Amino acid sequence: MFPLSSENLLVASLKFCAGVCSGIVFLIILFVANEAIPSFTSPGFTAFFTDEAWYPTYNQFNLVPMIIGTLCLASGAVLLSAPLGILSALFCHFYGKGLTLKIYRRIIELLAGVPSVVFGFWGLMVLVPMIAKIAQPGASLLAGVLILFIMILPTMALTADVALEQVPKSLIQGSYALGYTKTRTLLSVVLPSAKSGLAVGFILQVGRALGETMAVLMVTGNVVQIPESVFNPIRALTSNIALEMAYAVDHHRSALFFTGLILILVVLALVLLSHSLQRTADGR
Amino acid sequence: MGDKLFSILVHLSVLVIALVFFAIVGDVAIKGFTAIQWDFIFTEPSRSGREGGVGPILVSTFLLLGICLSIVISLGLGTAIYLNEFTFHKSKFSKIIELSLDILAGVPSIVFGLFGNVLFCKILGLGFSILSGGLTLACMALPLFIRTAQSSLRGIPSEYRSGSKALGFSKATTLIKVTLPVAIPGIIAGLILSIGRAMAETAALIFTSGYVDRMPSSLLDSGRALSVHIYDLSMNISGGDLNAYRSAFLLIIGLLFINFSASTIIKKTLRVEN
Repeated sequence: MFPLSSENLLVASLKFCAGVCSGIVFLIILFVANEAIPSFTSPGFTAFFTDEAWYPTYNQFNLVPMIIGTLCLASGAVLLSAPLGILSALFCHFYGKGLTLKIYRRIIELLAGVPSVVFGFWGLMVLVPMIAKIAQPGASLLAGVLILFIMILPTMALTADVALEQVPKSLIQGSYALGYTKTRTLLSVVLPSAKSGLAVGFILQVGRALGETMAVLMVTGNVVQIPESVFNPIRALTSNIALEMAYAVDHHRSALFFTGLILILVVLALVLLSHSLQRTADGR
Repeated sequence: MGDKLFSILVHLSVLVIALVFFAIVGDVAIKGFTAIQWDFIFTEPSRSGREGGVGPILVSTFLLLGICLSIVISLGLGTAIYLNEFTFHKSKFSKIIELSLDILAGVPSIVFGLFGNVLFCKILGLGFSILSGGLTLACMALPLFIRTAQSSLRGIPSEYRSGSKALGFSKATTLIKVTLPVAIPGIIAGLILSIGRAMAETAALIFTSGYVDRMPSSLLDSGRALSVHIYDLSMNISGGDLNAYRSAFLLIIGLLFINFSASTIIKKTLRVEN
C-alpha cells in the first residue's frame, strides 16, 4: 500500500528535509558575510565608525548615525509596548470575561496580522500629517517609534499572555488566601513568577523592532543624521539597505551587506540569550 | 482603592489597543472601500498605477504564494514529522534544527531580501523573478509553518501511536494512516498562517521579485506583489494615494480573512483535544 518499500528511505528523506531547513540560516549567514567581506579590507572595519559621514558615492561609510537611529527606534518602541502588552495580558487573564474577552483576543490576533506596509501606509497618511501640525516635517523619529510601537504591541501582548498562562493557579490562590488584594497579587506574585517567560518574549520583540524595514522606511523621513529631538527625521539601518540596494555597487554594496550582517548577528545573539533564559527558567 | 485604580488602568490600556486597531483598519477600510470598484481587481494598472487596477499584480502575488507554499509544504511538513515522530526531543541533531529555526524566524525580512538577491537572483541565475521571490518567501515562512505543524503533531495522544504499533503497523503506516489524518487541521492552519506571512511581506521582495507591474508571462518573469505595489504607490508615485488605499484595503481584507480562519481552525482542534 505504502509506495516506499523501505522505512529507512522515508526516515532518510525526512531527515534530508530537516537538514535543508536548518541549513537555510547557515546559508544566509554565509552568503551575506561573503558579500560583506570586501568591506573589511576596504574601506576597513573601523571606517564604518570613523568616516566623516555616510556619502557612499565619495567612499565615506559612517554608520553611526543610522545605528543610533535604529537603537532609538527600537528602544522607544519596546519601552512603550512592554508595559501595555503586560497590562493587556493581565486583562485577558484576570479582568476580562465572556464575549468582551473573546472579541478583544480576536482583535489582538488580527492586529498582529496587519502587514508592516499597511502600518507604514497608515502612518504616512494619518500619523505623519498629525505630527507635522506640531513640528515640521512630521516624518520623524517620533512617527517611527509610534508606528513600531503599534506594530509590536500585539505580539508583545500575545507573548505576555502565554507567559501568564504558565503561572501556577495554586500560587495565585495562595496569595489570595494570605489576604493580598488583587492588585498586590498581580504585581508581587503573578508578574514576578512570569518574569522569565515575559523576558523571553520581550527579547524576541527587540529583534523584531531592530529588523523592521517597511513601516520605518515609510514614516521616518530617511535623513542620515543623529537626531537632536524626537521631531527630527532619521534613517534606520534597515531602511538604508532598502533605499540604496537598487543602485549600490562595489564598496557601497558590500557596506550594505555588512549592515545586513550586523543585523543577523544581533538577532542571533538575542535568540541565544532568550534560549539560555528559557533553559534557566525550565531548570528551576 | 488601589485595586480600583489598577483595574481602571488595565481597562484603559485595553481600550487604547482596541481603538488603535479600529483607527488603522477603519481608516484603510473606509477610504479603500468607498473608492473601490469591481474592475479594480481585473484591470491593468496605468500611469504607474495612478489609474487602472491591480489585475497583473494579483496574478503575480498568487504565483509568488504558490511557489512559496509548494516549498513550505514539502520541506516543512517533512521537517515537522521528522522532529516529532522520528527523533528524540533531546537529541543533538533535533536541538540544532530547533535552534536554527528559531534564529531563522528572527532574521529581519530585509536580510532575507539580501540573501535571496545573492543566491537566487545572482548565483542560481534566476534574476529578478517570481521564482526568486517565491523561494525567498518560502525561507521566511518555513519556521512558522514547522512550529504550527509540530505543535499539532505533538497534540496527538501517544495512545494513538502505541495502539497502531500494537496492531503491528510499521512507523510509516502509522504516520500515513493514523498520525497525519489526525493532525491535518493543525497543518492546514499552519499553511494558512504561512500564506498570511508571505502575503504581508514587502522588504524581502523588492530585490528578489522586482517592481515590474505587467502581467507576468512565466515564473522567470519579474512580478510585483500587492504589498510592494502599496509601498511604491505611496512612496514613489505622487497622486497614487487613492489606488494605494484601494490596494491596502484588498490586502487587509485578504489577510484578516486568512488569519481569522487559521485561528478558528486552531481553536476548534484545541477544543476537540481537551
